[in-house]
Amino acid sequence: MAIHTKVNEQLEHELEEKWTDEPGIPGFFNTVDHKRIGIRYIYTAFIFFFAAGAIALVMRVQLAQPNSHVLSPQTYNEFFTMHGTTMIFLFNTPVLAGFGNYLIPLMIGSRDMAFPRLNAFSYWVFVLSGILLYSSFVIGHAPDGGWFAYVPLTNTPYSSGINIDFWGIAVVFVGISTTVGAINFIVTIFKLRAPGMTLNRMPIYVWSMLVFSLMAIFAVPAVTVAASLLELDRLFGTSFYHVAGGGSVLLYQHLFWFWGHPEVYILFIPATGMISMIIPVFSRHRLAGYIWVATALVAVAFISFGVWVHHMFATGVPALALSFFSAVSLIITIPSGVQFFAWIGTMWKGVVQFRTAMLFAIGFLLIFLLGGITGVMVAILPFDWQVTDSYFVVAHFHYVLNGAVVFPLFGAIYYWLPKMTGKMLSERLGKISFWTMFVGFNVAFFPMHILGFLGMPRRVYTYDAGLGWDGLNLVVTIASFVFGLGALLTLFNFLWSQRHGESAPPDPWRADTLEWATTSPPPEYNFAKIPVVTSRDPLWDEQPLRVAEPGPEPLSALTATGALEKTMPVTEGMDAKPQATLGIPEPSYLPFVAALGVGGLFVGLLVKAALIGVIGVGVGALAVVWWLWRTDEDLR
Amino acid sequence: MRRVRILVFVGVCALLVTGCGAANSIVNPKGSEAKSIAGIWWVAFGLATFVYVVVSGLIIYAITRGHRKGARTSGLRENSFIWVGGVIVPVLILAVIAVLTVQTTASLRAASPDELHIDVTGKLWWWGVRYPASGIVTANELHLPAGQPVDIHLTSDNVVHSFWVPQLAGKEDVIPGQPNDLRFTAKTVGTYIGECAEFCGLQHAHMGFRVVVQTPADFGRWVARRQIAPSEPVSDEAAKGATIFDAQACAGCHTIRGTSANGKVGPDLTDFGSRPTIGAGALENNQQNLEKWIRDAPAIKPGTAMPSFRSLSEGDIAAITAYLESLK
Repeated sequence: MAIHTKVNEQLEHELEEKWTDEPGIPGFFNTVDHKRIGIRYIYTAFIFFFAAGAIALVMRVQLAQPNSHVLSPQTYNEFFTMHGTTMIFLFNTPVLAGFGNYLIPLMIGSRDMAFPRLNAFSYWVFVLSGILLYSSFVIGHAPDGGWFAYVPLTNTPYSSGINIDFWGIAVVFVGISTTVGAINFIVTIFKLRAPGMTLNRMPIYVWSMLVFSLMAIFAVPAVTVAASLLELDRLFGTSFYHVAGGGSVLLYQHLFWFWGHPEVYILFIPATGMISMIIPVFSRHRLAGYIWVATALVAVAFISFGVWVHHMFATGVPALALSFFSAVSLIITIPSGVQFFAWIGTMWKGVVQFRTAMLFAIGFLLIFLLGGITGVMVAILPFDWQVTDSYFVVAHFHYVLNGAVVFPLFGAIYYWLPKMTGKMLSERLGKISFWTMFVGFNVAFFPMHILGFLGMPRRVYTYDAGLGWDGLNLVVTIASFVFGLGALLTLFNFLWSQRHGESAPPDPWRADTLEWATTSPPPEYNFAKIPVVTSRDPLWDEQPLRVAEPGPEPLSALTATGALEKTMPVTEGMDAKPQATLGIPEPSYLPFVAALGVGGLFVGLLVKAALIGVIGVGVGALAVVWWLWRTDEDLR
Repeated sequence: MRRVRILVFVGVCALLVTGCGAANSIVNPKGSEAKSIAGIWWVAFGLATFVYVVVSGLIIYAITRGHRKGARTSGLRENSFIWVGGVIVPVLILAVIAVLTVQTTASLRAASPDELHIDVTGKLWWWGVRYPASGIVTANELHLPAGQPVDIHLTSDNVVHSFWVPQLAGKEDVIPGQPNDLRFTAKTVGTYIGECAEFCGLQHAHMGFRVVVQTPADFGRWVARRQIAPSEPVSDEAAKGATIFDAQACAGCHTIRGTSANGKVGPDLTDFGSRPTIGAGALENNQQNLEKWIRDAPAIKPGTAMPSFRSLSEGDIAAITAYLESLK
């Protein structure tokens, strides 16, 4: 297939020279290429995924039998705290940011993110906060207050060690990464879309990342405040949460869940965005109800800020207020219902091809259906009084946050990894991996609903025999290993493909969106000539795809000349008319240095060493000043 | 394929049946609130089964339709399909659920004039229990009269806990600085398992209690019995144990009414001999276990405030055990 966005060989060579990062270690630390950063995000996040998964399996060994002594209570508490914290903060959010980083500029026909250096900065902050959190294991004082870190348990005097400080500080630290990443996505999506890609033609995945980012900007400050006030109480003796000093215990819970529930949707919405890309391609039919789906995503973003108290139904909040939150929690299922029927309608009208990516999408549908139904159940206020903090809830949120996020992500791996690495994964191994994961997942998590009904509370490190929990727990443990094995098969598939996989063509799935209009993997500049879009599914509707040529286009940034000058076109927010030219900065160490500076501040707080903190702030401030100073020069 | 599906279906049903029949299950309710909630659950379960079967049926039809022999282009109207399946039907189902939710909620946890007040305090990691009207103090065990509404007044002076007796009622959190009340009526005589449902630290797993629901007459007898201070030790060994209990650190932390032991750190032990467990569910209450517990409680329940008493001789431990087990 001809790639219309390409140029002749000589020009390509010149572009290569202009764009390629320095080889080796310098290039590793100073790259600002959204694709390198995106892939790095994904790899790093998956390292955390397998670490947190391994932690979960050890916990399952402890719970396989009653009164078992595989883990001490202290270690068990540290493990479930680290499992949850890692999965939410270090796997789920960053892996979505990673896919977004890689895919969004390609999907909207741009040459990079709006702020490439900020992009590098947000990656370095993420990885440094992860290292900071995991160093707690190294010194043997991992956080042990649960991923939600409720006060007063996590406050002095009940947790006086450094354990909780690792949690509180890492949460604030990684929040910086999420926030600057979100800002970057919003500006990129509004200003860098290819000419003709009006909001109305934007791929649903891009919509989902826009919603993800807008939600993150409004939600993350709440958890930053929750954790900061906790650290102020712990490190500086304030009384925000100390009852004796006039503080409030429920204040923490409100702040935490004001972020915590939108966060669930922050994690989940991009996963549905991925599904909305995969299903049409493998159904050979454009997405049914595009407007419905885009509207549903935006609706979820708004409604999700009005449901947080459903995590606090048993805290003694007055019944009238609880009924309001119960009702909103029921309403939020409607946008999900809309998306669901859009997906079914798409498959119905098309002819489904059972490729691995599609199997994961179908598996997602069946899992999310159940997780969504139990979600309606826990919105029923009195029923929630029974099942909250029991294994029923553990089952529910693993159906939505593991099943309905990890399955789309694995689907995304099979779908987009060939684009990223230029190698096809094995379909055969992929299908084995899918079925192993699907069976393992359901057998591991379905019985947890019943354990909850039988009165098994969450977060217990052991239990007595004779409560009717033994057999089910053993089944859960065995199946969780099967699930883990299934996930490892995909890891193996990836490693295998790098050596033995077939080369990926530019568009192996005959897909509809712009990331498939360039080589696999794409060149550093993505598109020498920027595509000009006239439909929602440009690669299906435009044969051949129209690209910007010198002459008729108002901006040279659209053409190969622009690529040679390392620029990209800026377009109008709504209707994507060419508007201006934006320079792409050269590689720089400044984002890395600035992240190190911020890290210094947090390490200083953690070890209570003012000097380290001051040096960190100094280094960070200098880096930022230099960074801003040089921008004009970089832009010529 | 069909056989596999039937097997899965049978398996799931078997699991559900185990779930319902078992002793500690929320769908085997023995209290007013648990009963209402079980009622709403069965409605929700019916609707959920209907939705799951219909929607997964649609999914399976949708993914196989194009592969059927003679499949033609589908005339499905996307907009109508989404309107009906994604909006109208869900709104109808959710409306039913919302009405049920509001109705049920309004009928639960309401104060009633003849309720029995009980103060329950969440500790690290056990439950203090006090009956303000009769002055009875006990721990990790509640006695309730069947048929009479109760108001369980929940307080904590440490971290957040949650009070949960699955067969009697839903949870209510026990929050420092914010007393909460859980109100329900126990319906059926029996002993029910209770536990802490909010993560509260190292021994969250061992913060269990029992709720003994009695006929009003039996409950009256229990109240009368508890209001009499324990009699003099019944045997020489128990008498020796009482002396050691007073002389050693025991009395500094535990209260035994009618004696000089009046410590407030640990549970009141006035009726210890009649309790089913030691250490809020850490061990079954018998002589052998109690000796083990006194000798080295932290080994059994790491983190407990109860120190180990390895320094005591075997004879002394046996004497204390005899004394405590005699307190009924």
